[in-house]
Amino acid sequence: MRARQTSALAIDLTRLNGRTVASFYSDLVTRPTGRAVRLGVEQQLAELSADQGPCLSILDFSQVRVMDYSCADEIVAKLLLGYSDRKGPSEVYFLARGLQDHHLESVEAVLERHGLLLAAEDAGGRSGLLGPATSDERYCWEVLIRHGRIARPELVPKSGLAEDVILPTLHRFLASRVVVSLPDDVICPVTKLNGG
Amino acid sequence: MRRVIAVPPTLDERGFDLLVEEVTKLEPEGSVLLDARHVRWADPYGMVGLLAVGQVLRGRYEAPPLLQLPDSSEVMSYLGRMEFLTKAAEIFDIPAGVGPRKPVGPSNVLLEITHIRSHQDVHEVIDHVQDRAGTILTEKLNYSWADAVPFSIMLSEVCQNIIEHAESGGWVGIQTYNWARRLGRQVVVIGVVDLGVGFRGSLAREHAARFGDRWDDLTALQAAFLHGVTRFRDPGRGQGLKQIRSRVHRWGGKVSIRSGTARIADVPEWDDSPTTEDGLADFPGSQILIVLPARV
Repeated sequence: MRARQTSALAIDLTRLNGRTVASFYSDLVTRPTGRAVRLGVEQQLAELSADQGPCLSILDFSQVRVMDYSCADEIVAKLLLGYSDRKGPSEVYFLARGLQDHHLESVEAVLERHGLLLAAEDAGGRSGLLGPATSDERYCWEVLIRHGRIARPELVPKSGLAEDVILPTLHRFLASRVVVSLPDDVICPVTKLNGG
Repeated sequence: MRRVIAVPPTLDERGFDLLVEEVTKLEPEGSVLLDARHVRWADPYGMVGLLAVGQVLRGRYEAPPLLQLPDSSEVMSYLGRMEFLTKAAEIFDIPAGVGPRKPVGPSNVLLEITHIRSHQDVHEVIDHVQDRAGTILTEKLNYSWADAVPFSIMLSEVCQNIIEHAESGGWVGIQTYNWARRLGRQVVVIGVVDLGVGFRGSLAREHAARFGDRWDDLTALQAAFLHGVTRFRDPGRGQGLKQIRSRVHRWGGKVSIRSGTARIADVPEWDDSPTTEDGLADFPGSQILIVLPARV
């Protein structure tokens, strides 16, 4: 079976915000702004994923000065909610980059509110799992990060976690699109898709 | 016939309540003079509250209300610096010859009184406040420079509350003070008012029925303030107030919301206000006060 290719689409939210709402704001505040940014992201994703299959959308917050809860809800939460159950040509995975401490407060609040997970990568390239997760889920995430791509059956011995813990954890990770299911029963965190 | 209402000498949260009490006693005919000559102190909440009172009177009477400005040159100086006088001139008749006075001393203004009518106004406020917030929070309140961002987020949410829930315009103003006697510390005071539908009006259609006879201003405030209830069905809504409360609590501050005849507040240990009040004089919209004390 041919391995699925994941196309990378880097979306600089400041640039997008500037183009779709107003060019001079680096502040992601207010719901209409967030809505406009999200619609822009969705449009780009629709164009890209229509003929290229699943894609990885990198949400780059590095140039964003302020992001309030309303904007985080409109952009992050609604993007994740909108794509979490979609299959086929519009299969999209999200990776947040450039999140700083002051962004995290808003992002974590909306993820918590909706029970969502988001994969993130900090400036040093370290992978993180944002959102409400149990200690077993966080541990499993760390194991996945350590191994990058791993065959599903290997996860139990590699992690030391029981299968009845691993199965629902993987199910949640896959449903949340923080890990990708690859051919040959291999799974991979989205932060490691490009061989990172 | 012209009725005269004396503006309380201390124009703050309590002063506003007193002023509203007098306004509700007015007869529906004639005209009104607000006599502010004896005002000795006003915070942003009092200033935006006075504008709201003026706007209500303007809608109620044929003639615009007359505002007699404070005698104190010091008070006039900071009213001018807060751009209260400019905004007041749009609402009140102000005696001729009384223009903005030259500001005296260093400015403690973080945000001049600003009209909030659209989300665009919220963007402009945040853009305007960022650098000043960093400077004032670090120099006067011993906060870290990074605290300017959560401060801006809080301000954004509180201003959006006007547009999203009040369905009306409003005003916001921010200033720092030395509360030497009351707290022995510097504070930053944020005042936000609107003349919209208020919390009861905003939530009524979706939530009034299940409260039955208990549905009133205080119940509506408790639902929104304590439980994040909102008129929107979207589960992502209603989080702004929760996050504001959380942030103010973390900074040891106070947040109170007055709407209709009630008020609800998160009261820190340094303040002795009640956490809820009912039976206040009725006033449209909602009025929000946030006080953040300096770190010790």
